[in-house]
Amino acid sequence: MLVTHLRLGAFSAALAVLAASSSGALAQKKYDTGASDTEIKVGNIMPYSGPASAYGVIGKTQDAYFKKINAEGGINGRKINFISYDDAYSPPKTVEQARKLVESDEVLVVFNPLGTPPNTAIQKYLNSKKVPQLFVATGATKWNDPKEFPWTIGWQPNYQSESQIYAKYILKNNPNAKIGILYQNDDYGKDYLKGFKDGLGAKAASMIVLEESYEVSQPTIDSHIVKLKSSGADVFFNITTPKFAAQAIKKNSEIGWKPLHFLNNVSSSIGSVMKPAGFENGQDIISSNYLKDPTDGQWKSDAGMKAWNEFLDKYYPEANRADLSVMYAYTVAQGLVHVLKACGDDLTRANVMKQAASIKDLELGGLLPGVKVNTSATDFAPISQLQLMRFKGDTWERFGEILSGDVGG
Amino acid sequence: MSAAAEDVVTEAPAVEAVPKRAMTLGLGTSLVVLAALVLAPLFVKNFIIFQMTMLLIYGLAVLALNILTGGSGQFSLGQSAFYAVGAYTSAILMEHFGMNYALTLPIAGIICFGFGFVFGQPALRLSGVYLALATFALAVAMPQLLKLNFFEHWTGGVQGLVVTKPDAPFGLSMSQDMWLYYFTLVIAIGIYIASVNLLKSRSGRAFMAIRDNEIAASAMGVDVALYKTLAFGVSAGITGVAGGLGAIAVQFVAPDSYTITLAISLFLGMVVGGVGWLPGSIVGSAFIIFVPNMAEHISKGLSGAVFGVLLFLVIFLVPHGARQVAIVAQQMLGKLTKR
Repeated sequence: MLVTHLRLGAFSAALAVLAASSSGALAQKKYDTGASDTEIKVGNIMPYSGPASAYGVIGKTQDAYFKKINAEGGINGRKINFISYDDAYSPPKTVEQARKLVESDEVLVVFNPLGTPPNTAIQKYLNSKKVPQLFVATGATKWNDPKEFPWTIGWQPNYQSESQIYAKYILKNNPNAKIGILYQNDDYGKDYLKGFKDGLGAKAASMIVLEESYEVSQPTIDSHIVKLKSSGADVFFNITTPKFAAQAIKKNSEIGWKPLHFLNNVSSSIGSVMKPAGFENGQDIISSNYLKDPTDGQWKSDAGMKAWNEFLDKYYPEANRADLSVMYAYTVAQGLVHVLKACGDDLTRANVMKQAASIKDLELGGLLPGVKVNTSATDFAPISQLQLMRFKGDTWERFGEILSGDVGG
Repeated sequence: MSAAAEDVVTEAPAVEAVPKRAMTLGLGTSLVVLAALVLAPLFVKNFIIFQMTMLLIYGLAVLALNILTGGSGQFSLGQSAFYAVGAYTSAILMEHFGMNYALTLPIAGIICFGFGFVFGQPALRLSGVYLALATFALAVAMPQLLKLNFFEHWTGGVQGLVVTKPDAPFGLSMSQDMWLYYFTLVIAIGIYIASVNLLKSRSGRAFMAIRDNEIAASAMGVDVALYKTLAFGVSAGITGVAGGLGAIAVQFVAPDSYTITLAISLFLGMVVGGVGWLPGSIVGSAFIIFVPNMAEHISKGLSGAVFGVLLFLVIFLVPHGARQVAIVAQQMLGKLTKR
């Protein structure tokens, strides 16, 4: 009696185990090309050479970060195989590299390719192949368009929402401002300009007294600053990349022009803009950010910043810690790891997109306190919050609440 | 003084007299290459087919420069501008006017021919390095012109234009890539044959006479001005067709695609392929497409430096490019068969 009972018990237990394991194998583990029990292939395209090669550091940081993840056991036991190619910021080359990643290397996702023109060039292709174009490294507004391009998702706050925040601030605090604008003559500069004008609305025409543009190949922008001063503007919106931003701040003080100065967050780095421009020249400039600036003293004992420093010490010691791109790359790589972890054993491209589009209040160590990553089926703009800040002494003082401005594509 | 300066500018380095016969491949070799180009896509992935399409397209652009430099002895660092005009012409006609992609190519060619012919007029007064600089200016200006607000409605400004890739016609069960490859191949062969014939014709002889000695050519009754501008026009026209094909293959045009880097790449392709040797164009094109990838494979951080070293080796070891390699190979083959 007892024996049969035992046998029955053992048998049923075995059955249960078998059922559990087989259903586990059948129902849970699902793979698309590029994923297996042991690895996840992640493709990436960066300008390691060419005019935008300064951003190549993003790819290098991500590579280092995935090495760290792999050394710590990978994602649910799977190692990340990070394949990153150079496109020299030339769209035809981007297409070639994207096709190589998808058709030859067979990656699961194309992650964080950099630049608006390169991403535009591959968007249609990746969407027709149903390969996720995950967390693109550009602030253009058009990536938040899940209806038209369900396989493309952005990452950082877009340029237009940022400049709308400035516009709202001006309308509220300086309704009679005379605004002078300096912008870089490319997609980035024009996107900012458009957001700013949209933000000012009907008053844009009367408020903006002068728009000046410069080419990225110009050695200096001094003459533009002089012209802006003579236009009589009392508010200056500075849409420039770091080198030019530092020049502008310096020139402003040289010629004694003291407008209310708005600086786009692209150039808000203390290490590469404010310090070279001279702290005394940069007082009271208003900008905004969503990342913690590693060169800003206020984060010295911050937990997220400490973790970042530990990671760099161990895996990427030669990194330039004053470069905000390193922080950017670290944060977006964490975003990818979060999504892949959330996918569990269902590593299909569709599930990657599904998980990428259902991030709820994710906080990352590199983001400002209060800035959270949020996505949904209709919101493909993961980070859309910014905080205004004003330069005081040798640091940015954040003020006001965390602002969000989602602009659809 | 002026004579010395004249010497400097009219002396065209790297462009030495190439006899007509040496400008092409023998019939047998041509057929083998052709067969390889026709059959290869049947056995490879779509991605490789795409790369081969780009190979042909850049090959055409290099060929165009080869006609200009190898044929008529004029330098150009402005080919990227013609390429851009061709690409934008095709893209705008396809996207804004819904025109068939095949029809946009001759239009792109004609517009670029006109553009090149007109640009050839002021270029008449310049030669050698001065001409190279003038065309360089054209290449530098082009991306900015494409960004102008004035044209933005048509060009899409800084955002560029996305182009729809054509499907294979007549219900052929062929992937888009393969169809586009064969389409490009037919055009490339057509242009290649036409170019060979052009250089063998009376006009071709006039080009080469100008290249070898302008004064002698004009003494022989060659209308130097006409043939120089004509060479510019033909070269620009072919580059324009290549640009149009490039826009269709890449499915996207943007100012950043057509910077001075492209012009320099094409120039590089011509030198590596062998100046004045038309079949070398495709070798040069392969060099500018694949060698950067190889360099990147060797070292990501130093890909530019590795590329530089490879380029230096090529120029140092085979200064006449693929033509030199081909001649050596031919001689060795000849020795083997004699034995």
